[in-house]
Amino acid sequence: MNSLWAVTLATLVKDIRLEWRSKDALNSMLFFSLLVVVIFMFSFDPLAEESRHIVGGLVWVAFLFAAVVALNQTWARELRNQVLDAYRVSPAPANALFLAKALGNFIFVSVLEALMTPLFVIFYNLHVLGPAWQLIPVGLLGTWALVVNGTFFAAMSLRTRNREIMLPLLLFPISIPAVLGMVAGTTAILTGENSAHFYIVLLLTYDVVFTTASLALFGTILHAE
Amino acid sequence: MNAIKFLFAAYIATWLIHGFYIGTLMRRFSRARRQFSELEKGK
Amino acid sequence: MKRLFPILSIITAVFLAYALFRALVVAPADALQGEVYRIIYYHVPSAWTAFLLFFINFIASIQYLVRAKASTQNVARWVVIAIGVIGVGATFLPQVQQMLPTGMRPSAVATTVLMIPAFYFLIGWLFPGERLDVLAVTSAEVGVVFCTIVLVTGPIWARPVWGIWWAPGDIRLTSTLVLWLIYVSYLVLRRFSSSAQTQMLAAALAVFGALDVPLVYFSIWFFRTQHPQPVIGGGGSMDPRMLQTLLISWLAFLCFAFLICWSRFRLELLQREVEQAHAMESLVGAGVTAKPSMPLTRSSR
Repeated sequence: MNSLWAVTLATLVKDIRLEWRSKDALNSMLFFSLLVVVIFMFSFDPLAEESRHIVGGLVWVAFLFAAVVALNQTWARELRNQVLDAYRVSPAPANALFLAKALGNFIFVSVLEALMTPLFVIFYNLHVLGPAWQLIPVGLLGTWALVVNGTFFAAMSLRTRNREIMLPLLLFPISIPAVLGMVAGTTAILTGENSAHFYIVLLLTYDVVFTTASLALFGTILHAE
Repeated sequence: MNAIKFLFAAYIATWLIHGFYIGTLMRRFSRARRQFSELEKGK
Repeated sequence: MKRLFPILSIITAVFLAYALFRALVVAPADALQGEVYRIIYYHVPSAWTAFLLFFINFIASIQYLVRAKASTQNVARWVVIAIGVIGVGATFLPQVQQMLPTGMRPSAVATTVLMIPAFYFLIGWLFPGERLDVLAVTSAEVGVVFCTIVLVTGPIWARPVWGIWWAPGDIRLTSTLVLWLIYVSYLVLRRFSSSAQTQMLAAALAVFGALDVPLVYFSIWFFRTQHPQPVIGGGGSMDPRMLQTLLISWLAFLCFAFLICWSRFRLELLQREVEQAHAMESLVGAGVTAKPSMPLTRSSR
């Protein structure tokens, strides 16, 4: 157990350091996120009476697309330097690699979300009618739901011909209950019309189930030959 | 009476989909058999 | 074996024709919906068939994943037996029986639960080695075909009856849509990944998909209770003649599905033979090996 966390932490720190040093990916991701929000603002009238009801959906769709682009990036670097083969022959547990990648992606996507959210608040003049603190668990659990499966499927897509498109093709269907939870939960909190409690439980269940499944099967994916 | 149109549409759609799939199966079969016999001849 | 297929085809065709006759003529018209309801005799059996095929794919995928190591295989066997024993035993408990929806008999639940170990061991015994993966791809593809029919006939039925093509809160149709999406992505993965890892990756995806299904169901179920839904009439008990026709229709489609699966299975075997022959050719041709000594079946770990 001790070595699992040690390896995870070391890999995570390495990834963050690498990402920070080559700011290109980070900068282009930030700009992409901004563009998505602006496009949405033009496409879905922020002044409309119902806008509060749809903003939940818009925000998470924007996050979903940003996450997919981010996820595609993070494995690409590993491939370029044949790091994946190094991991396969090393004695480090496969789970450590997966956790490190997932946590790194989680941090990366959370940064993007943190930057996009104020833009949505500004453009859509959002004020929260329900219990605002509940947005935190919805945000954290929802982001982890996308990232944990996204990391797993990104690793799966590495060996496929159309790598970039394969990730969303695999991720979106499986993520549907999580997306429903995120969107319905956010909308419930924003409009204050009903309780987000069930959706938080749903997201928590989803996260537990798929984190376990990913950890259990990642070794198989990595070593599949 | 208008509703009967939907009934026929559903039944026809079902058999069109099945027919289409069986058609692709037959096409793939003939292609595989052709490739197999080519390989046999090559030996 | 070769003779069997044409004979079974004719029998199935006759059976399907009989089922159609019963669906259109013998079964009485519905009190509320009139004649349109007869779509049910194609829509529901296709759904049951699709779910059965996806279930088979799930079992085959699990088997494929656990066979990698002997230890996991043993664990899986005991888990499956435990599911069967506990599941059947639970249906005897009064607390559990009270939780069942009205009309569902404990014996029906027990039988359904027993299907899990039954299918597990049956599939494991009938499909050794490589054939397990062939079963997986067969059941997935044919399952998608039947699922497509469910999703096409569903809205066609809904439009005249409810006035709308699609109700987002319709839990059954929406869950079926997600299941269809998951298995289409499964087939896409199979198509686009190189053959060495395809089987493992696809099996993992199938497991993920299976884990997702109950989550999909509950998420839509709760969403529906929070949002007003179009009033969907129906329910209530079925005229026995209708139920009989439905079951006969299902049986006919099961036979039909069996024939299609059998063909698809043979096609896959043939395609793999061709692939291996190709690979062998190029190896010999390149002078890498004079005599093919490479094992033709997937070697166990």
